[in-house]
Amino acid sequence: MIGLLPMITTYLAGSAAAIALPGDRGRRVAQALAGAGALLGLATALSVIGSGKAAVFDLPSSVPALGLAFRLDALGAFFLALIGLVAVPAAIYADAYTKEEAPPSGTPGKAAPRSGRLAGATLNLFLLAMSLVVSAANVLAFLFAWEAMSLASYLLVVGDGEKAESVSAGRWYAGMAHAGFGLIAAAFFLLAARAGGDGFETIRSLSSSPGPALRNVVFLLALLGFGSKAGIVPLHVWLPRAHPAAPSHVSALMSGAMLPIGVYGLLRVGLDLLGGGPPWWGGVVLALGAVSALKGVLYALTEQDLKRLLAYSSIENLGIVFMGIGIGFVFHGHGRADLAAVALAAGLYHALNHAAFKGLLFLGSGAVLKATGTRNLEEMGGLIKRMPQTAACFLVGAAAIAALPPLNGFASEWLLLQVFMAGASLPEGLTAALMALAVGTLALAGGLAAACFVKAFGIPFLALPRSRAAEEAREVAGSMRFAMIALAAACALLGLAPSVVMSFLARVLGGMPGVDAGGALFRPGSVLEAPQGSSRIAPPLLALCLIVVIAALVVGLRLLGVRGRTRLVETWGCGRTVQTSRMEITSMAFAEPLRRVFAGLYRPTKDLTIGFHPESKYFVRSITYRSRIRSWFEEDLYRSFYDLLRPLAASGRLIQSGSVHLYLAYIVAALLIFLLLGRWL
Amino acid sequence: MVSFLVEPLQVALTLLLAPGLVGLVRLLKARLQGRRGAPVRQPYRELVKLFGKERVVSRNASWIFHATPFVVLGTTLVVALLVPLLAAPLPLDGVGDLVVVAYLLLLGTFFLALAGLDPGSAFGGMGASREMTIAALAEPTLALAIFALAVGAGSTNLGRIVARTLSDPVETLGPGHVMAFAALAIVMIAECGRLPVDNPATHLELTMIHEAMLLEYSGPHLALLEWAGHMKFFLFLALISNLAFPWGVAVRPGPVALAIAVLALAVKVVLLAVGLAFLETQVAKLRLFRVPELLAVSFLLALLAVTTSFLVR
Repeated sequence: MIGLLPMITTYLAGSAAAIALPGDRGRRVAQALAGAGALLGLATALSVIGSGKAAVFDLPSSVPALGLAFRLDALGAFFLALIGLVAVPAAIYADAYTKEEAPPSGTPGKAAPRSGRLAGATLNLFLLAMSLVVSAANVLAFLFAWEAMSLASYLLVVGDGEKAESVSAGRWYAGMAHAGFGLIAAAFFLLAARAGGDGFETIRSLSSSPGPALRNVVFLLALLGFGSKAGIVPLHVWLPRAHPAAPSHVSALMSGAMLPIGVYGLLRVGLDLLGGGPPWWGGVVLALGAVSALKGVLYALTEQDLKRLLAYSSIENLGIVFMGIGIGFVFHGHGRADLAAVALAAGLYHALNHAAFKGLLFLGSGAVLKATGTRNLEEMGGLIKRMPQTAACFLVGAAAIAALPPLNGFASEWLLLQVFMAGASLPEGLTAALMALAVGTLALAGGLAAACFVKAFGIPFLALPRSRAAEEAREVAGSMRFAMIALAAACALLGLAPSVVMSFLARVLGGMPGVDAGGALFRPGSVLEAPQGSSRIAPPLLALCLIVVIAALVVGLRLLGVRGRTRLVETWGCGRTVQTSRMEITSMAFAEPLRRVFAGLYRPTKDLTIGFHPESKYFVRSITYRSRIRSWFEEDLYRSFYDLLRPLAASGRLIQSGSVHLYLAYIVAALLIFLLLGRWL
Repeated sequence: MVSFLVEPLQVALTLLLAPGLVGLVRLLKARLQGRRGAPVRQPYRELVKLFGKERVVSRNASWIFHATPFVVLGTTLVVALLVPLLAAPLPLDGVGDLVVVAYLLLLGTFFLALAGLDPGSAFGGMGASREMTIAALAEPTLALAIFALAVGAGSTNLGRIVARTLSDPVETLGPGHVMAFAALAIVMIAECGRLPVDNPATHLELTMIHEAMLLEYSGPHLALLEWAGHMKFFLFLALISNLAFPWGVAVRPGPVALAIAVLALAVKVVLLAVGLAFLETQVAKLRLFRVPELLAVSFLLALLAVTTSFLVR
């Protein structure tokens, strides 16, 4: 048993080293220690899951209510392992990725290493805070770590604060993170006040005593608060802004590891502390997940910015995870412990897979960004010849996220489909009939994701380069490629060894109340089985079949004497002799048919300007076509919120004088008021 | 002992019969349209001819372009291993179910679309975009049709669905069954690029979908892709006929039972092919942006099929 202490000290040492060591050394040592810390965290998590014994770490305080308690149990360990899965490759990748990233327009020379060192320190703090969130065992520790996680990731998004895009993204992120924090804090305070203590143990033992109304309120507060962190529609607005603005290894961490922590929070509060609730809780989660899955993938499809495309796709995948968790809550509410176990396992399995392939894709997009200097798909192309290994890794990630067998995305989506089919056997007719819609939604999201990732791989990597920068792109450093190859291998292994993952998940979910994980999940052999054994697949055998058949084809053609000389020529251009990249399909044109099909949702605007020759309008000088889609739903929603809040905020300005003395007085007054309130209430 | 020969036999049958089935549909259509038409063996001749030619490959193409014919044909052959054409359950029954079959076909489509983009031709990109649009919109229908079949049998396992229909025909063959198969038939039309979604006989630039992606292929590569297309068509027809009307499928594989199964399969697939030839002479190709409406109809049919299966329960 390693315990939490080595991991915590490594992260803290990494932070300190970044600040203390001079020059570029600080950045490199900090990133190395971040990787080491993540590796220690991964080892701790695996040993906790393996042994079933929690890792404990307490920071007692002389004031009894202010102690911080950490206790990493199996559920938390799953998410700590997930953090490690992304963080170890991300830290290896970061070394070469953050090197000499002096912006061409900014001040060259000294500014870059300094911001690099600060980013190294913040990276360690971010990883530490995430790890502490999932091991917190009392309300204070949880909220403290949660806030530290939000602040550290905010600093990583904003970076050195020189780019307007980053600053705006940071503002959105800070706003949403704090609104979410408020809701989560309210949920926890309600629980702790009723339980008479802030330890999770105390709350858990009293979980049945609060009345149904209070339980519902706590659950909904937690759902909204954690949903905003997980990027669930309509609370996702920060996500497509913040992910592209952050450096790519941070985007990978935020998307692969931090978003699922929202799922962790929901499971911790809804299932562990509250002990589950009525089926409609799950129905709400399922519906939010379904909307997020569709909305995320539809907006990913029409995106021309590679990293923003991936960010929208994260909304889709977290939506799929929420669908699994939601149906798990529904089964739990109906008292079906065995089905609940499989449903929750399907959701967590998808979260794990998402960490692997989205981490890989974000690292891949970072490699492309590093090589070409752009995130715009329309300026890429032909990179498969210039960056063959990056391209191969990106292809694995794209196929995995499109749920193609035998990779990992397929395994979890197959299991989730099977869970919905099992849901159709529930005696409640309405729930059963809704399962059909859930299946349809999941399949549509899967199909659209396949279309989206044909575009996300095909446009940047295939055909001719669309810009000078893409033409001159070079393969990235070996350490960056190593990180991507490791995650690509994880995508394959997680798909090929489902029984290992499921036995792992059986231990993780084993401690949950009302979840029968033991019998329902684990199957010996390399088999993934549907609930109640109604169907099964064997991904390794499937992969073997594919390999054998394709090898047989190649060999068979050779034996039959089909050689066929290969002659290299220009692509057929209807008689034109030279092919240029302007004749290729563009990223926008690729999505055009689906954009038209879903025009009611996108509400695209069109703006066509034709510049005629002054002599005759039959001669056209220039044509400008501009079209954009806007997320009208969120814009309208947040606009009305903003209009409501603005007058309030303006009146709040009355007490803001800028004098520190006055603010100190406010603090004292607030403390007094709350103490008095606490006395009376 | 015989049971282990069933799957190689299925693969061999698919490889050998699929081009003939396509030739038959072409001949029937020609006769219905008052043309004489090429003989049924014409697709075989075309394949032999293509295998003997050289490959003309674009300079811009990458390894994706060369790998795709093998991936597409490979996934189709694995589908031929899993689908109960002659016997149910098959020895490899536990490897994959109906969902796996659907996603294996999607894997082929995914690579075909990438290969369409690879040479950088405008047509290939357009074809890839359209193919993925239709594939994405067909996916929910396919999943719901699978769901409708699975709810009845309590499983997505192909062997169990067939066994359930054989053992309990009165209960299974209700209106839900019919609607599920109507939905599956529309999915087949969309996935195999038949009229009214795509015209398999055209090279007209503005309307083609599947052909546009294959435009840069030639020689043995093209032969593999054409062959895979024929096989996908054959497998879809065989799958629909054996799930809807499984009689004739060998439950205990022996030489006699297998001979009957081959014969029954041939009769069922040819009947479906004749029906398709009639349909294709009656309808015109839909505009691309009317195709979603057709798929929406199919989605509704599948949804009704699921709902009916709840009502019957």
